[in-house]
Amino acid sequence: MNVVPQPSFLMVDWWALGAVIALTVGCLALLVLEFLPAGERSSRGGVISLLTLGVSAYAVLRVAQDRRSLFDGMFVHDGMTVFFTVLFCAIGILSVLMSWDYVKRTRINQAEYYALLLSSVLGMVIMAASNDLITIFLGLELMSLSLYVMVGFRRTRLESNEAALKYFLLGAFASGFLLYGIALLYGATGTTDLGRMGAFLADSPVLSNPLLLVGGLLVLAGFAFKVAAVPFHMWTPDAYEGAPTSVTGFMSAGAKAAGFAALLRFGLKAMGPLEDQWAPLLSVIAALTMTVGNVTALLQQNLKRMLAYSSIAHAGYILVAIVAGGTTGAGAAVFYLAVYSFMNLGAFAILTMMGQGRDERVLVSDLHGLGFRRPLLGVAMTVFMISLGGIPPTAGFMGKIQVFGAAIEAGLIPLVIIGVLNSVISVFYYLRVTVAMYMREPEGEPTAISQGLPALLCVVITLVLTVWLGIQAQPLWVEAQRSVLSLL
Amino acid sequence: MIPLSWLIALSAILFVIGVVGVLVRRNAIVIFMSIELMLNAANLAFVAFARHMNSLDGQIFVFFVMTVAAAEVAIGLAIIVNVFRLRETILVDEINLLKG
Repeated sequence: MNVVPQPSFLMVDWWALGAVIALTVGCLALLVLEFLPAGERSSRGGVISLLTLGVSAYAVLRVAQDRRSLFDGMFVHDGMTVFFTVLFCAIGILSVLMSWDYVKRTRINQAEYYALLLSSVLGMVIMAASNDLITIFLGLELMSLSLYVMVGFRRTRLESNEAALKYFLLGAFASGFLLYGIALLYGATGTTDLGRMGAFLADSPVLSNPLLLVGGLLVLAGFAFKVAAVPFHMWTPDAYEGAPTSVTGFMSAGAKAAGFAALLRFGLKAMGPLEDQWAPLLSVIAALTMTVGNVTALLQQNLKRMLAYSSIAHAGYILVAIVAGGTTGAGAAVFYLAVYSFMNLGAFAILTMMGQGRDERVLVSDLHGLGFRRPLLGVAMTVFMISLGGIPPTAGFMGKIQVFGAAIEAGLIPLVIIGVLNSVISVFYYLRVTVAMYMREPEGEPTAISQGLPALLCVVITLVLTVWLGIQAQPLWVEAQRSVLSLL
Repeated sequence: MIPLSWLIALSAILFVIGVVGVLVRRNAIVIFMSIELMLNAANLAFVAFARHMNSLDGQIFVFFVMTVAAAEVAIGLAIIVNVFRLRETILVDEINLLKG
């Protein structure tokens, strides 16, 4: 008897795909609406993006407790997907708020800016939800290609173009490594599905197969590039400095979180059986990343560049949590990513306000006297800096507690010592920003501040989150731990 | 029938040529061509493995990779053209405003 195959689109749970669909529709709608050109100071793009991101967060939260496996297991809807989709939507919303006035004053207020932002968020969501190397690669490319363009969005500015060129060439180079690694892993295990790959390796957990060894290393290099881990971090400072400030904020939070989401899934689900083999390598990378990031950040006068090196250092802390492994370690990594995103976006939101017109004033000396002229911005920047430095009572401190706690539990004492020493170093350059704001007088004209309501709202939201998560970390911590359960 | 090892060796050689090209060449377009070579080396490996294992996954992956590579070309060339308009050079040594 012939069995008539059920049309598969009827069996898809559309709510589980809601975020992806909403982001796609929003992105396309923005482009189609360009047939009716908006004015230079129109807020249409921003409004549509906020709506889209809100709808996609709602769609995924509506089915937050469901567990689904879609498209033959390529796209999974589990705790991790839900957590990261909501995080990416939050990052997107905060980035739209901080871009609102910034893109208007720097004359890049075009629909494409927001369309690319949405498609980049879409790529991140796909990366976090993928359970197959094919979809991880597609999500990663969707995110990266959008980001390359966003970095070069101020196309009359040399710095922006140069940053885009460097980011693009190095990013595509890293994609090449990742792809070749995937090809070799496919050859070694006969599958691109993370779960089946893990099952295959659990049966024969040996690295003696050269295809597996080289493939795994190449894939690791590809991910290390995306999360800006040493020695694949060379692009970070240039891309961060040259990009429009709002884009820098967006990519520092979003691209890193997405890279780590995919790395977590790949490392724990597919390569889980080989953890004893890759953990030592990753701990060396973690130690190097923390140290290089923090020591180089000490020398920077440009705040965007300083935050770029600081973001490298933070990638190192998160790698420590991944090396620690288990629910606690992976949970700590996820928790730290969320916390880091909020405090970093807050700091960048303040930077988008510095300067007037097309000007961008992002040197440490441009902050002189800011603390007394703009008390709210001064206090907010101080809180973000001490949070990034990991001083209580802020979210950053709770993040470090979780990361180093998990590492101690796993017996990684040397790594914890290096991490704590690095935190001490990092306090120097974070506090230098505070000193510049409160204890130095501006030479000549103080920096003009373009204070828009949406960006201010972004600062207030991130400020509240940073302080609140420093006092009440438990709910997010529980969510973070629950989100990684499906990986182990 | 060509043995699998030959195909993988060829793809590895192509990949290494691509990597070396990226590292030693200074012209942005040539670097970009080398990157494309790396992607195509991966495609060759996918097809070879897929035929060897009689599975379709690898062959389908190649279609995705070709699509992504096409998108990458569109964006990459746009960025390179834009840089050329402003700087009148695409030699990566001479594009060095950002450093430190």
